[in-house]
Amino acid sequence: MTEEIIIAGFGGQGVLSMGKILAYGGLMQGQEVSWMPSYGPEMRGGTANVTVILSDERISSPILSQFDTAIILNQQSLDKFEKSVKPGGLLLYDPNGITRHPVRTDIHIYRVEAAAEAARSGMAKTFNMIVLGAFLKLKPIVKMENMEKGLAKSLPMRHHKLIPANMDAIRKGMELVEAVSVLV
Amino acid sequence: MKELRLMKGNEAIAEAAIRAGADAYFGYPITPQSEVIEYLMAEKPHERTGMVVLQAESEVAAINMVYGAAACGKRAMTSSSSPGISLKQEGISYIAGAELPCLILNVVRGGPGLGTIQPSQSDYFQATKGGGHGDYRLIVLAPASVQEMYDFVKLSFDLAFKYRNPVMILSDGVIGQMMEKVEIGEQYPRLTNEQIDELYPWATTGKKPGKDRRIITSLELDPGRQEQHNLKLQAKYKKMQEEEVRYEALNCEDAEYLLVAFGSSARICQKAMDLGRAKGLKIGLLRPITLFPFPSKILHELATKVKGMLTVEMNAGQMVEDVRLAVCGKVKVEHYGRFGGMIPSPAEVLHALETKIIGG
Repeated sequence: MTEEIIIAGFGGQGVLSMGKILAYGGLMQGQEVSWMPSYGPEMRGGTANVTVILSDERISSPILSQFDTAIILNQQSLDKFEKSVKPGGLLLYDPNGITRHPVRTDIHIYRVEAAAEAARSGMAKTFNMIVLGAFLKLKPIVKMENMEKGLAKSLPMRHHKLIPANMDAIRKGMELVEAVSVLV
Repeated sequence: MKELRLMKGNEAIAEAAIRAGADAYFGYPITPQSEVIEYLMAEKPHERTGMVVLQAESEVAAINMVYGAAACGKRAMTSSSSPGISLKQEGISYIAGAELPCLILNVVRGGPGLGTIQPSQSDYFQATKGGGHGDYRLIVLAPASVQEMYDFVKLSFDLAFKYRNPVMILSDGVIGQMMEKVEIGEQYPRLTNEQIDELYPWATTGKKPGKDRRIITSLELDPGRQEQHNLKLQAKYKKMQEEEVRYEALNCEDAEYLLVAFGSSARICQKAMDLGRAKGLKIGLLRPITLFPFPSKILHELATKVKGMLTVEMNAGQMVEDVRLAVCGKVKVEHYGRFGGMIPSPAEVLHALETKIIGG
C-alpha cells in the first residue's frame, strides 16, 4: 500500500499539523512515512500545503506532481491541485468559501462541511481533525487507535488533554463527509 | 526495540550531534536550516551531555569558534545555508590548512547571492572543489533521507578525526525541512580531556612539563615547507579517494540508461526510475553518497554497460562535469536541472531522460 496525499489550504487552518498527525499515525502502525511542506515566506492567511506519503515500502520521491488524494481547503488550492489528482483518485474539499467547484469527471469527489461544523460546535481549532476524519472514512489507511497514538506523539504534553476532543472531531468528520460525484 | 521518531532533517542532525558526543555547536540562524539551532537550544544539551550550544554574532564568528574548539581536539560543528556558508569559507580554508577535524552542515538554498530560501544543489562546486582559497578538499557527504541526516553526523565526526580534515554534509531544503521516520541511535559519551590528550597528539590541551609544545597554524612562511605540507594534504586526499568512496546503486545490473543524482534529486530520480520501469524502460540509478571523494570508478565501469547517462541536479550542471570526467567520453552524458529553488518532478525527470538520452 502506498498513499500519496496533498493537503492544501490557508496558513493557520492546520494544514501542516493535519499532515503531521496523519504521518505519525502511519508511523505508529509501522509504515514508512514522509511529510514535505511547501515552506517559504508563508504566513497566516497565505497558502500552505504539505505532501504526505504513507507506504509499506521505502518511499522514493517526497516531492510529487500527481496524487492519490487531494485534500483541499481553499479556492486557490482547488484551482492549483484539482488537475494533480491521478485519474480514479480522490478529491476531498471543504466547500466553505469555494465559488468555483471541482469539475473533473474522472475522479471521486467528496465534500465535508468542516468549517461550518467547527464554527457550530465552537471548537474552531478542531477544524483540521474534522477534515482528517472525512478522509479516514473514505480511505481508512490508519486505524483509529493509531491516530490516537499519533495525536499523542504529535501534540506537546500540555495539550494532551485535548486528544479526546480531537478524536471526537475525527469521528464527526467521518459522519459529515458526503459524496459529490463518485465513479462507478 | 529501537526508538523511532518522526523528525525534520534539520532536527535529526541536531539530535544526532548530541548523541554522537559532540562537544560544541556554534551557529547563526538562516533559513532553511534554523531548526538545527532551534532544536539544540530547546533540547539544552549542556544538561544532557555537557555539549555547548552557542549562537554566535555572525557566521564568520561561528566558524572561527569551531576552529578554536577543533584545535583543542573537541568535536565541534557548525551549520548554515548557502550565503552563510560563503561567509564561512575563509575559516574553512584555515581549518583545512591547519588539518583540524570538524563538521560543517550546508542546507543548500537557491542562489546566487541571497537567492531564495527554497531547496537547491547549486553549492556542489563550492563544496567539492575547495570553496575557500588554497588547494584543499573537504570530505563531502550527501544525505538523501532524514535517516541519513542522522547517521551521517557520527560518520562525519569519525571521518573528520580519522583524516584530521573538515567534513561537510551537503544537504538541501528538501531533506532539511521534510519529516521522515528516524531510528535514533545510542548516546555516545563525550571524550574527557584526558582521552583527547591521549588520542590526539596534535590537540592543544595545554603544555605539559617535559613535553613539546603543540602548535596549530595554517601559516608557513617557508615556501619549501609549505610545498611539503601541500604534498602531505594531497596524499591524504588520495587516500580518501582510495578508501572512502560511498555510493548507492539501484537497478544498475540490467540498466540500459543511467540516472546519476545525489541528495533529494536522487529520491526524485528513484520515482522517475520506477515510472520508467513500469513502461518497460531499463533505467538504473547511481547515487553518489560521497561527493568528494567522487565515485568515479563505478561510473567508469557502468559507462561500458549503459547506452547513456543523465545527471539530475537542482543546479545548472555541476556534478555532470565529474561524471563526464569519470566516463571519459565512453558514453553520452547529459544534464537536466532546475534552479533557483524549483524542484523537478519525477515525470519531468523521466521526460528529460526520454528526450535527451533514450530518444536523443
